[in-house]
Amino acid sequence: MAVTTPPRGRRLGRLERPAMTGVLVREITNFSSYWRSVTFSSTVEPTFYLLAFGFGFGALVSRVGGYDYVEFVGTGTVATAVLFSSAFPAMFGTFIKYQFQRTYDAILAAPVDTEELVTAEALWVAARAGVYGNVPLLVALVFGLDPAWGMLAVPLIAFVAGFGWACFGIAIAGFASSIENFSYVISAVLTPLFLVAGTFFPLSELPRWAQIAGNFNPLHHCVELVRHAAFGSDGWIDLARLGALVLFGLVMWRIAIHAMTRKLVD
Amino acid sequence: MRDWHAGTVNAIRLRGVVKRYGSITAVNGLDLDVPEGTCVGLLGPNGAGKSTTMRLLTAQSIADEGEIEVLGFRLPEESKQARAQCGVAPQLDNLDVTLTVEQNLRVFSYLYRVGRAERRDAIERALGIANLADRRDTRVDKLSGGMRRRLLIARSLVHRPRLLLLDEPTVGLDPQVRQELWALIDALRAEGTTILMSTHYIEEAQRLADTVLIMAHGSAVAAGPPAALVAEHAGLEAVEVYGSPEKLAEVEAAAAAAGFRARRTGTSISVLGVEGADGRAPAGERRPTNLEDVFVLLTGEEIA
Repeated sequence: MAVTTPPRGRRLGRLERPAMTGVLVREITNFSSYWRSVTFSSTVEPTFYLLAFGFGFGALVSRVGGYDYVEFVGTGTVATAVLFSSAFPAMFGTFIKYQFQRTYDAILAAPVDTEELVTAEALWVAARAGVYGNVPLLVALVFGLDPAWGMLAVPLIAFVAGFGWACFGIAIAGFASSIENFSYVISAVLTPLFLVAGTFFPLSELPRWAQIAGNFNPLHHCVELVRHAAFGSDGWIDLARLGALVLFGLVMWRIAIHAMTRKLVD
Repeated sequence: MRDWHAGTVNAIRLRGVVKRYGSITAVNGLDLDVPEGTCVGLLGPNGAGKSTTMRLLTAQSIADEGEIEVLGFRLPEESKQARAQCGVAPQLDNLDVTLTVEQNLRVFSYLYRVGRAERRDAIERALGIANLADRRDTRVDKLSGGMRRRLLIARSLVHRPRLLLLDEPTVGLDPQVRQELWALIDALRAEGTTILMSTHYIEEAQRLADTVLIMAHGSAVAAGPPAALVAEHAGLEAVEVYGSPEKLAEVEAAAAAAGFRARRTGTSISVLGVEGADGRAPAGERRPTNLEDVFVLLTGEEIA
């Protein structure tokens, strides 16, 4: 018998807007039932970070890298908030939606392809990160950080970084065979990246190899961009950092689509 | 009953479809026709390949061999166009449980691209089909199992699909709720919706399907209207004989020698096609043959 199966991945009408709108409407409708808890945790958490590090540590070191320590941490924890509101919800949310709720079975039975599903889900998580990422900065403003026009760029930075981390989380969920596997990624990947991002201490105090390695940490670029948005831009270097975040997002986006296609279509 | 030969346009057409998972062949050279405007039942024991067949029709599984056409579209390349005109009610409930009934329908009206102008009517119509208009603001996790299943079917109809795929629509429901869903599916059938329904409940297939396709080990072993299948494979009457295992074995051997087909029914044996054969048939309870006889005869599987 002749094998008539055409090559996979060839589809008519890729990344259609109605398809992605459908996925987004589902997310937004669901969000209306749990936004309170998300808003609570993403507001209370950075406040605690600021109180603990800003006042606990700030009593020992008043200035770090040329900034007041409270201001240093207040701007740095934007990246933490972005990570926590993108990578984690993407990992767990994706896994729950395909494994336990079987939501993705229902969506893929509709005129929606995996590429559209993954893209819309990542955009939604990125939009949330773009909003909740600002909370630490707002809290820091309350604690005495001076407002600056550059801060208006922070939602965009948080969105771009959030998109990359969302795709990272979706990809991990696509590759993981059980939800327990997430522990490996959280311990071996996210925790070190979180710690050496320059959030709580500047990387300039680390050995040279660690400083170089820091340039491959998207979270570090996010931290630096937010800091420069608040205290003054670094010019071309900041543009390169934004480029690095965009590249991170694009690469993770394709990997996430690949991982989820393998998972959802057999 | 409609004449199952009458439909010349096929809503679904499968030819020589093969789907393997590693060393397991889930679907093995399946041919299937679902003429427009009819209800076809895929009947088979668990593991016969029914659910895989359903997944192939939405391109959530990609066939290794063979041809699949749905509503005139070739799969998997044109699957998206086909899916836009299909409704799917899966075996496993995947409603959004923290949303209300109406919110679930609204979300699917977007996923299935119902136009803004028609959205309101489409949702109302689906609420009517599910008979849940007075529950529109109830969260799904507060609904009974039967209501959830009705909503699941109504959700798949929100965009007025030309073809409805029902995967085990009444599995796990109590008999009364099952009757209720049968009435719902029968009403859709009467309206002319083309339906492909997988089931392992004989009665469900017998009641609802114009044509039944019996599947075993990934391929079709028989196809036709239920009554024709019964007449062809099991005749009109059966004799059911009860007794010790030894006696049943004896009866089975005697029936085979006399040229009758027979099938085991747990504690008894049914000798089939005994109408007009009083002399040669064993003594026992006479009863009309049914689809279950055909199913067991052809699949070798007991009904749970």
